[in-house]
Amino acid sequence: MSLLRAQRIHKSYTTGTPVLLDVSFALEKGQCLGLVGESGCGKSTLARCLLGIEHIDDGSLLFEGVPIHGLSERRLRPYRKHIQAVLQNPSAALNPKLTIKDSLLDPYLQFGDQVRLRHFQYANRHDFARQLLEAVELPAALADRYPHELSGGQKQRATIARAISIEPSVIILDEPTASLDVLSQAAVLGLLDRLREQLGIAYLFISHDLAAVHAMSQAIMVMQDGAIVDHFRKEELFDSERHPYTQELVAMFE
Amino acid sequence: MELALAGNTSTLRKRLRTAALLFMLAWPAAAAVYAFLVLNYDPSLVSLADRLLPPSFAHPLGTDHLGRDVLTRLLLGARQTVGYGLLALIAAVAIGVPLGIWAGFKGGLADRILMRIADAFLSFPDTIVAIVLTGLLGAGLENLLLAILVVKWVSYARLARSTVLTERGKDYVLMARINGLRPGRIMSKHLFPHLIGHVLVLASLDVGKIILLISSLSYIGLGAQPPAPEWGAMLNEARPYFQAQPSLMVYPGLMIVFVVLLMGLLGDYWRDKFDVRKEVRP
Repeated sequence: MSLLRAQRIHKSYTTGTPVLLDVSFALEKGQCLGLVGESGCGKSTLARCLLGIEHIDDGSLLFEGVPIHGLSERRLRPYRKHIQAVLQNPSAALNPKLTIKDSLLDPYLQFGDQVRLRHFQYANRHDFARQLLEAVELPAALADRYPHELSGGQKQRATIARAISIEPSVIILDEPTASLDVLSQAAVLGLLDRLREQLGIAYLFISHDLAAVHAMSQAIMVMQDGAIVDHFRKEELFDSERHPYTQELVAMFE
Repeated sequence: MELALAGNTSTLRKRLRTAALLFMLAWPAAAAVYAFLVLNYDPSLVSLADRLLPPSFAHPLGTDHLGRDVLTRLLLGARQTVGYGLLALIAAVAIGVPLGIWAGFKGGLADRILMRIADAFLSFPDTIVAIVLTGLLGAGLENLLLAILVVKWVSYARLARSTVLTERGKDYVLMARINGLRPGRIMSKHLFPHLIGHVLVLASLDVGKIILLISSLSYIGLGAQPPAPEWGAMLNEARPYFQAQPSLMVYPGLMIVFVVLLMGLLGDYWRDKFDVRKEVRP
């Protein structure tokens, strides 16, 4: 059974033009599934639907075989401990009025007593922040700082630390490196890859950057105008039977 | 070099202002201590033999038309005017802020209903509503406080709502939802810290207005009733004796001016401290 499965998802906004068109895929345990496409093609909408921030119009979303689409916020809450997220802009994803430690604590305070952690063992709040910051290669002293005192790369690492703190089974990575400089991008991608191996968390890695997706993922989906036009294993990227749009994307990188 | 110099002068100025503020705050505190140690008069003790006495060692500010010690009444008046003013303000904040956060966060019908009610309250001037309400409920400090509460909660609800509206669409609120926080906790942990600064600034500016409102309504007889030592009421009582003993009106008037000014300065200080301006104009 797949960890997260989307079956024929449709979604359109009030204007009527479909944003997601018959989207289906399956994410397996511990796998990194890449989703690549230009901006505006519906990638982020898909992420928001998977996170239950927006409702889908048709189709189904299954977590470990259990339907989770169309649930009320209250009914969805128990699944939130399994599905976490890292968003594009880390400056917006951290509350500027809270210290890094306070922001990191959110998922753990909510779900700490409901999850069985395999990797982390938190003795107390101080130890909690220290272990997590260490896991994302940040100095423990940052725990008591405010977001504006950190660099963009450091902030994104902090949001990653928050996402892994309760060891979810899936993290939706929505353009996690898009707002970072080239060096931080490479470092953050490397970190995400190591964390996946260490903790066995599956990723849905959403990006417009085919090279990054190719480096991170075992399987890749290509989205164009809300539809998944191509879906293949990492090794098959350069095969001749790839969809013309995929070949176009590849050509842009060569 | 010039920049560094400018930085230094502005910090120096800020420090001087803080020192001046603390100095001014020290006065009422000192007065309160003095009241505790030295006051040996009953503020309502009528002694017609001692009426309208000039300042003396026994009565540092003299006595009023009923022979009551003016200093005693002034100091105890601080408790009535400032104390009740703060009480009304705290009640208004305690009601307005949670309602505003809730309306802004929930949106929809509840928000629209609440804001239309707020608009209705806002469309009348504070003083008129306060006069009408105390007129209807009967003159007295308690009813005046109720009237002030009815008038003042609106601005706090609006302030809280507008702050929440700008914040709630941001990614960190979305992340709090993804992290499983319940709405109540998102409001208290993530949204409330964004309000404190704004609320404190508005509150410290409002305290002055409320004190003026209490005093002016007491002056026209709708607030504190004689023989309560309230500054506005004292002004009113002293009015017929203005020619014989002008100081009787000057002292309570000065106290009102002083406290209102002090609260205005405190508001400025808090505004700088919480950097509200910087946030409002990014």
